[in-house]
Amino acid sequence: MNEETPGSVLVTSRGPRLLAGASGRRGVVLSTASTVIVIAALAAIFLLAPGSRQVRHTFLNPADMWHALLGDPRHGYYSVGEALWLNIRMFLAAEVLILILALAVAVIRQSTGPVMLPLRVISTVYVDVARGVPLILIIYALGYGLPALSLRFVSSQSAAVYGVAALVISYSAYVSEVYRAGINSVHQSQVAAARSLGLSHWASLRFVILPQAVRNIIPPLLNDFISLQKDTALVGVLGAIEANKAAELYSDTTFNYSSYVVAAILFLILTIPLARFTDHLIARDRGRRLAGGAR
Amino acid sequence: MISRTSGGDSPAADTPPAAAALEIRGLHKSFGANEVLRGIDLSVAAHEVICLIGASGSGKSTLLRCVNLLEPVSAGSVYLAGQEITRPGVNENLVRTHIGIVFQSFNLFPHMTVLRNVTLGPARVLRTPRAEAVRQARALLDRFGLLDKAGDYPDRLSGGQQQRVAIVRALAMRPRILLLDEVTSALDPELVAEVLDVIRELAEGGMTMLIATHEMGFARDIASRVCFLADGRIVEEAPPAQLFTEPRDERTQRFLRRITEAGRL
Repeated sequence: MNEETPGSVLVTSRGPRLLAGASGRRGVVLSTASTVIVIAALAAIFLLAPGSRQVRHTFLNPADMWHALLGDPRHGYYSVGEALWLNIRMFLAAEVLILILALAVAVIRQSTGPVMLPLRVISTVYVDVARGVPLILIIYALGYGLPALSLRFVSSQSAAVYGVAALVISYSAYVSEVYRAGINSVHQSQVAAARSLGLSHWASLRFVILPQAVRNIIPPLLNDFISLQKDTALVGVLGAIEANKAAELYSDTTFNYSSYVVAAILFLILTIPLARFTDHLIARDRGRRLAGGAR
Repeated sequence: MISRTSGGDSPAADTPPAAAALEIRGLHKSFGANEVLRGIDLSVAAHEVICLIGASGSGKSTLLRCVNLLEPVSAGSVYLAGQEITRPGVNENLVRTHIGIVFQSFNLFPHMTVLRNVTLGPARVLRTPRAEAVRQARALLDRFGLLDKAGDYPDRLSGGQQQRVAIVRALAMRPRILLLDEVTSALDPELVAEVLDVIRELAEGGMTMLIATHEMGFARDIASRVCFLADGRIVEEAPPAQLFTEPRDERTQRFLRRITEAGRL
């Protein structure tokens, strides 16, 4: 992105903050000891609990976890690992569509002038409704409602497509508000400067306002996308074989819930890097502001 | 409709002799119930430098913002080279390409390099080919000693440098008239001179300018005429030698006395 301000970036990046208070050798020893003690205590409670054996057998059975991860078509269950690929594809498709639709909604809601009034009203109603209705209900509505309409193209899609459509409808409403906050965070004097050069309303938005707005909202945007990654699991209710659904099918056949733990671990592997990346961006942003930069 | 003359370096070369570069007639501006401008009449001839002085809140900034249509006027009219720019249906974007404005707080685009700040208007609005826009921008930056900053982002520059870049950005549009809105008020005292020098050079080059300022010494040096604003009106208008030494209006006298006591003149 840019190569300047390396010093301030490193100083405030997540490493030192994660180990805050652990400066010096004494600090390192103390924090290591306390971490070990806390983890040991939690492990002891778990292992010594009266039902520990049963829980470990049902939820953390290595053999079941392995079988669930790989799947076995002959025994009637799917691979959770392979099913996760559907989550990833739904996430990627939804993310791109959300970024576009949400931007359009935000720009329309920010527009002025009587010509745009009908679109403004529609966008406002859309955001209110889509944010107010639980995502799972939107998924049901599209997944069962659209096929029932018996329309030529609309009604013959797969469950995953309806799921993505529902995710896009729900998340675009939230993300459009993030965009709007970003646009509002750019000072009015920037608009004045752009317009004073003769740039039109749209050109000002494109070259001056949006580039600055997007920079300001990258952390909250990524935050919403972490949430989106997990919520792809809800599409399983329509019968799409995504990771959570595959885990469910495994437990239905074997009466062992270890498959859900596999799904959980796989989702963690997906979301944690994005979470750490968001932290990194926030830290870099703070470092930049402290250094007096506003880029 | 006002047209852009291509390549005309002298801002008002095609102006008919009868028309002033800028003519303001009976201008009123209200924000809700607050009437900031209560009937401004002012005529600026080509190559003239007019300084607007007056207490904070007297309407100097609002007047400048009305002239380049950043604020819609409540009543009255503004003519640019004889053509009314305040009538409904006027292409404000085209009008603004002829009227440069420099703001008190620079308002550079923080996400663009100095060079991109300067070329944005010419490239996107005037449709100057990029290579040509870059060549012109570098020539302007060079003229004001800023060429070595072309690749820097604004936050790397001192306030004085930023304000000089803002002036260059406005000049890159080759405006017929330049509006300067208290361009030194946000600067540290030691940086004021470098910006005033740039404005002085522009005045010597014949640029038509309307300058709102608190720098009385500067106004006395540079202005063809000085206008004292109070309560949304031009109370007194005179050449600087006259206005600063023998002000006629009682409010002007009081204002200048306060300035003198504060050691600003």
